[in-house]
Amino acid sequence: MIGFGKRISYATRCFFSVLSRGEVPEDIAPEVVKGAAPTPEPEPEVKTLPAETRPAEESPDRAVQLLALLQREGRLVDFFSEEIAPYQDAQIGAAVRELHAGCRKALAQYVTLEPVIDGEEDRPVTVEEGFDPAAVKLVGNVTGRPPLRGLLRHRGWRVAEVNLPSLPPEGAGRKVVAPAEVEIQ
Amino acid sequence: MDTRFIVGIDLGTTNSALAQFDAAAPEEEARITVEAVPQLTNPNEVEERTLLPSFLYVPGEMDFPKGALALPWEREPQVFAGELARKRGAENPSRLVASAKSWLSYAAVDRASAILPWGAPEEVRKLSPVEASAEYLRHLRQSWDARVNAKKNPELSLGAQQVMLTVPASFDEEARELTLRAAQSAGLNNVTLLEEPQAAFYAWIDAQGEAWRKRVKVGDLILVCDVGGGTTDFSLITVSEEEGALTLKRVAVGEHILLGGDNMDLALARLLQQRLEEEGHRVDTWQLQGLWHQCRLAKEKLFADPKSQKQPVTLLGKGSKLVGGTIKTELRREDLERVLADGFFPAVGRDETPARQRRIGFQELGLPYAADPAVTKHLARFLAQQASGGAESDQIRRGPSGFACPTHVLFNGGVMKAGVLRERVVEVINNWLQAEGFEPLGVLDAPDLDHAVARGAAYYGRAKRGRGVRIRSGAPRTYYIGIESAMPAVPGLPAPLKALCVVPFGMEEGTEAAVKGREFGLVVGEPAEFRFLSSTVRKADEVGSLVEDWGEEIEELSPLEVTLNLEGKEDTVLPVRLETRVTEVGTLEVWCVSRDGAQRWKLEFNIREQEES
Repeated sequence: MIGFGKRISYATRCFFSVLSRGEVPEDIAPEVVKGAAPTPEPEPEVKTLPAETRPAEESPDRAVQLLALLQREGRLVDFFSEEIAPYQDAQIGAAVRELHAGCRKALAQYVTLEPVIDGEEDRPVTVEEGFDPAAVKLVGNVTGRPPLRGLLRHRGWRVAEVNLPSLPPEGAGRKVVAPAEVEIQ
Repeated sequence: MDTRFIVGIDLGTTNSALAQFDAAAPEEEARITVEAVPQLTNPNEVEERTLLPSFLYVPGEMDFPKGALALPWEREPQVFAGELARKRGAENPSRLVASAKSWLSYAAVDRASAILPWGAPEEVRKLSPVEASAEYLRHLRQSWDARVNAKKNPELSLGAQQVMLTVPASFDEEARELTLRAAQSAGLNNVTLLEEPQAAFYAWIDAQGEAWRKRVKVGDLILVCDVGGGTTDFSLITVSEEEGALTLKRVAVGEHILLGGDNMDLALARLLQQRLEEEGHRVDTWQLQGLWHQCRLAKEKLFADPKSQKQPVTLLGKGSKLVGGTIKTELRREDLERVLADGFFPAVGRDETPARQRRIGFQELGLPYAADPAVTKHLARFLAQQASGGAESDQIRRGPSGFACPTHVLFNGGVMKAGVLRERVVEVINNWLQAEGFEPLGVLDAPDLDHAVARGAAYYGRAKRGRGVRIRSGAPRTYYIGIESAMPAVPGLPAPLKALCVVPFGMEEGTEAAVKGREFGLVVGEPAEFRFLSSTVRKADEVGSLVEDWGEEIEELSPLEVTLNLEGKEDTVLPVRLETRVTEVGTLEVWCVSRDGAQRWKLEFNIREQEES
């Protein structure tokens, strides 16, 4: 049962809405009108999903998709699934050169990455007050309060933009990282 | 009425491109731009690329999951073109249509019947070369219409714009006619044809701006050397003067040579395959595909870095034995020299000619690829053929042996992106020039070889509206009607044929010619056939002249057909004469005209399968 305060609010809004427009407000309808389906969110055609505003879904579909893209362009999953201990460095190296090219291209196309701190490594930087510890990690003689002077050891990575293509239709297809290949003779 | 946009379309053998000019834009901002074409690049992915690969895939039920091929303008296409078509076609070749353009000019097959993919199994839906070409144009039109929202703004749709569509200069009249039909079938009705080497030259003029007039002078002869993915095309353009202004005229056109970058990459791949097999590795057909692709990349890297002597070529292992199955080899600089420079661009004398085309049963071979892969030999023959006169014959600069001696060269086509190959061609030509007593060639720099033809076509459209310089061309070949001589028939031998010239080389656009002094009696109501021939070499023949022994200079095309329809006069014999017209659209018309001039019937190409002669 909806709370009393809410009922007062909904009732008032419904009264005026029906009086002036002849319809119940869209956001109220699913809750109070039996059988009214919520208006479906239009499937976004947009390919660009700025990282901050992505809907917080718990589904792993996008993670599978990223693996699938890296496998398709760079055969990343094949590489990590293989036992490389028996092989010579030269052979592994030759294969890795190919992989590197493919995965790099895929990353560049589907994800825009940028450093967290854009500076030269091993050069002095200043960490300002109010920095985000998730974005900047302090190591060494970590005492005092910001602003702090230190040397940049790793520039960090941050996603500026995610450009993933649309997901395949709902179903088992979303779990496929790479289709099996069968050559018909 | 002038359309808002002028559009240039390069319908290439391997890649197509589209360039546009907005005639409504203010003068200072007005530029020719290349439009990116959205296309399927992967299942569920549509991306924009400036080139649309000229490959068509005919998907079956088992190829893609449902809905994976949705395009912005069509949710479930029956066939689709572009990057994904090419990629998937490499995996499943029986459903891939490639090189449709080359099939358009091959008279030994019925080009209007559904024969592509060539050799595909029964269950694959087939298309004719004309339909396949129409599909690429349809893709360009639909993507354009979606972009401009043609439903709301019909005046902006591509069908309503003036479109310049390019064809190889060496395309004969039938192939041009078929290209036009493909365009109409794709919904493009305002189409003018333009030859690709001319388009390349226009692109050069556009890039130079007004400065082009300082780069060439009266008396210059420019060789346009166009080597693309599938074909090689040569043209000669003269620079002369009329009323104080520099004028350009296209004076010679080569034969259609099926030889291009794809042949070269495959030759490199075969070399590496051999090397791997000598080392004990097995390379199957799938790996050969991968090798082909890798060779092209390694070749481009070697061309780009003149100091490096070799590039590694790695084939990853199939399946999950990625590292375990990796095969490594390398492409060396001497491989490039041997296979490409010496194999395809050998230094030859100017009197060398390519090996004769062997007629192997086309059923096995498919397209008639050039028997001799040496591009320079084909070039030598082209320049040597200009010795036999013609109307502009005195404008073509020649050496003492009659060999045409260009002053400049303009390169076009993907293959000529490699500086090493351009230098080799220039070196070979300079040797010929030196032997004829002339100084070396000037090289006209052509930027952006991938899109030059599309840009140049858009420039031509502007020039037709008066904003830019035009190359005068006219009929690119001499055309003849075949007349069987009235000698008694000898069983087993075909009756000797004479060729009556009906269109002289260079006959100007928008002009007409009447073949006087000769009448033909045709039976009303019954189809009549005229044998039709052409020559790229004989340029002095005038309308009405009769040629008897022509050796290899004249070749036969598909016959022309006409049925005289005249109410009430069926089965009577009507005397008619022939008239020809070169249209502004870039095609030829041949008409039968009654003696009193009152009735006219147009002859059409009968493009059904022709017997190999």
